Amino acid sequence: MTTETLLSQHEAVIAEVLEAYPEKAKKSREKHLGVDTPEGVKGACDATKSNKQTVPGVMSQRGCAYAGSKGVVWGPIKDMIHISHGPIGCGQYSRAGRRNYYIGTTGVDTYVTMNFSTDYNEKDIVFGGDKKLKAALAEIDALFPLNNGISIQSECPIGLIGDDIQAVAKGYKKESGKPTVAVSCEGFRGVSQSLGHHIANDMIRDEVLPDNSYKKDFESTPYDVAIIGDYNIGGDAWSSRILLEEMGLRVIAQWSGDATYKELTIAPKAKINLLHCYRSMNYVVRHMEQEFGVPWMEYNFFGPSKTTESLRKIAAFFDESIQAKTEAVIAKYTAMTDAVVAKYRPKLEGKTVMLYVGGLRPRHVIGAYEDLGMKIIGTGYEFGHGDDYKRTKDELNSTTLIYDDTNEYELEQFVKRLKPDLVASGVKEKYVFQKMGLPFRQMHSWDYSGPYHGYDAFAIFAKDMDLALNSPVWAHTKAPWESN
Amino acid sequence: MQDVENIVNGQKLFLKPEYQEVFKNKKQFESNTGSTNPEKVIEIAKWTTTWEYREKNLAREHITINPAKACQPLGAVMAALGFENTMPYVHGSHGCVAYFRSYFTRHFKEPTPCVSDSMSESAAVFGGLSNMKEGLRNCKALYKPDMIAVSTTCMAEVIGDDLNAFVIGARKDAEGELDNTPIPAAHTPSFVGSHITGYDNMMNAILQELNMVEEGVEAPKDAERINIIPGFESYLGSLKEVKKIASMFSDKIVMIGDHEDQWNTPAGEYKLFAGGTPLSVAKTARGAGTTISLQKYSTQATAKTIKGEWKQNYVTCNPIGLGGTDEFVMKLSELTGKPVPAELTKLRGQLVDAMQDSYPYMHGKKFAIWGDPDFLLGVVSFLVEMGAIPVHVLCHNAPRKNWEKEMQAILDKCTFKEECHIWAGKDLWHLRSLLFTEPVDFMIGNVYGKELYRDTKIPLIRIGFPIFDRHHLHRYSISGYEGALNLLTWITNSVLDALDEETKEIAKTDYFFDCVR
Repeated sequence: MTTETLLSQHEAVIAEVLEAYPEKAKKSREKHLGVDTPEGVKGACDATKSNKQTVPGVMSQRGCAYAGSKGVVWGPIKDMIHISHGPIGCGQYSRAGRRNYYIGTTGVDTYVTMNFSTDYNEKDIVFGGDKKLKAALAEIDALFPLNNGISIQSECPIGLIGDDIQAVAKGYKKESGKPTVAVSCEGFRGVSQSLGHHIANDMIRDEVLPDNSYKKDFESTPYDVAIIGDYNIGGDAWSSRILLEEMGLRVIAQWSGDATYKELTIAPKAKINLLHCYRSMNYVVRHMEQEFGVPWMEYNFFGPSKTTESLRKIAAFFDESIQAKTEAVIAKYTAMTDAVVAKYRPKLEGKTVMLYVGGLRPRHVIGAYEDLGMKIIGTGYEFGHGDDYKRTKDELNSTTLIYDDTNEYELEQFVKRLKPDLVASGVKEKYVFQKMGLPFRQMHSWDYSGPYHGYDAFAIFAKDMDLALNSPVWAHTKAPWESN
Repeated sequence: MQDVENIVNGQKLFLKPEYQEVFKNKKQFESNTGSTNPEKVIEIAKWTTTWEYREKNLAREHITINPAKACQPLGAVMAALGFENTMPYVHGSHGCVAYFRSYFTRHFKEPTPCVSDSMSESAAVFGGLSNMKEGLRNCKALYKPDMIAVSTTCMAEVIGDDLNAFVIGARKDAEGELDNTPIPAAHTPSFVGSHITGYDNMMNAILQELNMVEEGVEAPKDAERINIIPGFESYLGSLKEVKKIASMFSDKIVMIGDHEDQWNTPAGEYKLFAGGTPLSVAKTARGAGTTISLQKYSTQATAKTIKGEWKQNYVTCNPIGLGGTDEFVMKLSELTGKPVPAELTKLRGQLVDAMQDSYPYMHGKKFAIWGDPDFLLGVVSFLVEMGAIPVHVLCHNAPRKNWEKEMQAILDKCTFKEECHIWAGKDLWHLRSLLFTEPVDFMIGNVYGKELYRDTKIPLIRIGFPIFDRHHLHRYSISGYEGALNLLTWITNSVLDALDEETKEIAKTDYFFDCVR
């Protein structure tokens, strides 16, 4: 099919799907939907509206600022305790669901999968909870003496009832001498989890980076780098780190999957910050560039093509010895990934995929699918901004439906019309599409598998996609006595 | 590096020596004590198992650690999904709804429909009326529900949105589009009670909305009709079994709030809504002779409406375990005037027979158990019926009135009652201290017991909500005689699994590794 026919077909699909909305909602939603092609100049990636209010009354897949701060940025820092400050629910729903892997003795020197909550009741709402918070901080220190700091993650009511958590944190920090950071990431702030990332970044900027205690005696090498924006889901940062180390670099910090407080403070000592998830941590690398003169570079470790491209890009920043080692690393692993491609590509070639995820994945995983001969026909961001969509354009290799902040209704309709072979999205969407007999992979949690970053991880990715697409279970959907 | 013939995921990948080297190398940049001073971690870990730590821990008042409860709107979503073609609508931020949907979906492995009206900063300043106006219309247009069940988040509650006025306002502005759609609305602030309170408030609002009568007008009566409200029931099989038992007595017994089918839809086609109590049935609930609640503590506000406003006969039963099911069955017999059918007597006999087959393995075994108040009353009474010892009974969301007394009455029947403790309002980090200082043989609880299992090595028998890391348990019943048989099977076989674990050591303990137990 020619690009033009596909383009007009996709546009027709959008128009059809929009018909169901009342006028006002339709007007709003049509700005978030479009089609783009690798050739086109002013396609949807340039024109799509994003980072706007979600239309009320729909099943949005978006989360909130608290989810962006506690759930994404702060939560994985393993030797700090993160308090879900407010009512009981938020901390419970976000407990241990993101698979931010870490090494440590949980409850003793590390705390990631635990849930600390101030469990607000009506009295706290009416009279304020600052006293309670202060007492909670002291109780935590008494029971968890090895914690290296506490962050306070605000839930909705905190900002509304006028609690002064900044003052409490400041006072407690002075008293205890320990890092105590109040983050005003109330869920109602902004339009999605994205503002929560930003607020979280700002608090790292203001409360963590100025701490020079670990920087003082830090012995630098010319090859120090920091991994920024990798949450170590299923161990992603570990399977990335190994490559950087093999090419002769020293990874001095990992933000924030499997991170410790020390790694947060020493990151400005890096010669370069390597940024994986641009959306959630671009703010703080920009700050480190301005304040500490640390340059930053985006990279993509999904699939061998992008990984190799990224390794070379990173190596180019360093000297020839690193570049030579990098080529050796590439050669060593390419032999393996070629074998992976040889094994799986014949089984996956030509299969089409629709993506709907957050962060960096709506564009970053495209290359990995293409390494397996698969084709992306639709993609979109839950909480992307214009710069994400612009970056997506470079990754497109075929006519692609673009949907921003799409909701359950739209996604279901798009999938029914575009008929992809695989849908890759989140847990809320998973069973909707599986019920239709469509293979599905969760691309937030790697569907309880992973890691998916780096060369070793690509083998897992390939195996998982084959598992999803070629499982015999999809063939059982229709009963033998039912006609097609 | 991966062996392409044997690709492994993270579980085994990171055990390879090159990754172990990565972990070792990373330690120099880390500040957690495990990397800087590993002996200290061992020392503190040991300290957390002591009586001294336990006392400090139990004295804790301000920080909750590893709770065993969730917040109101979660329960409201479950209550709403018990009605046919009903969309749960949360007036508040969409972040909350993303959490509720994920939470249920991880438990049931099923989609969970629910919308929000995406309130944000402007709503915080100006109130959420315009969100509600737009939201209800969009919801109706897209998802075509027959009823929209509105609950609130803490945000809407704190800013003091006038829920009823908002719904009326939204209806007025909807150009007729919402005219025939009931929109019950419940205040479900997250800072009051727990998920069971939210279930109650939503159920109450739905029943009130659907059963409004004008003053002086009598609702049509049907004295033979019996309503059954299941409560926050996460075992879909329990709903099915309760309905089956009820149908043996009368076809005039209906379940009000039946979410069984919603989270158990077949493959082949995706439908937003499935099953649920038909609205026509819910609308005549007021005229029934009796309403039976199966979870007394999840339906307290609802009970007030039924008893006070409807002046209806209201009873509570808890058909978990043998005695609880007997009471339920006898109550149905009494209310319908029919003798207990022979089939039920047979099922009861089969259960008792099974209990008598397996009792040596549960007898005298010590258990720690946690969960919602009514769940605990049921399962603990079953443990006592089997001769087990419920040493630690922990209820984080224990109701202030009467629950402890009721639980104590059950424990008083235990042969070893002086060993049993009730821990009301305590969390699972408290339980950790209790388990280290006064250990038990088994734990019964939800997925959050997993870390307790890792730390204490006490086997966890997964019964409760939520269970994210095992599949399909929610499909079974824990209610009725067959449900009790499931409890018996799961618990007995867990005891036997543990026995095999303990006796499998070759040439040392495996003389007791019996093929017949």
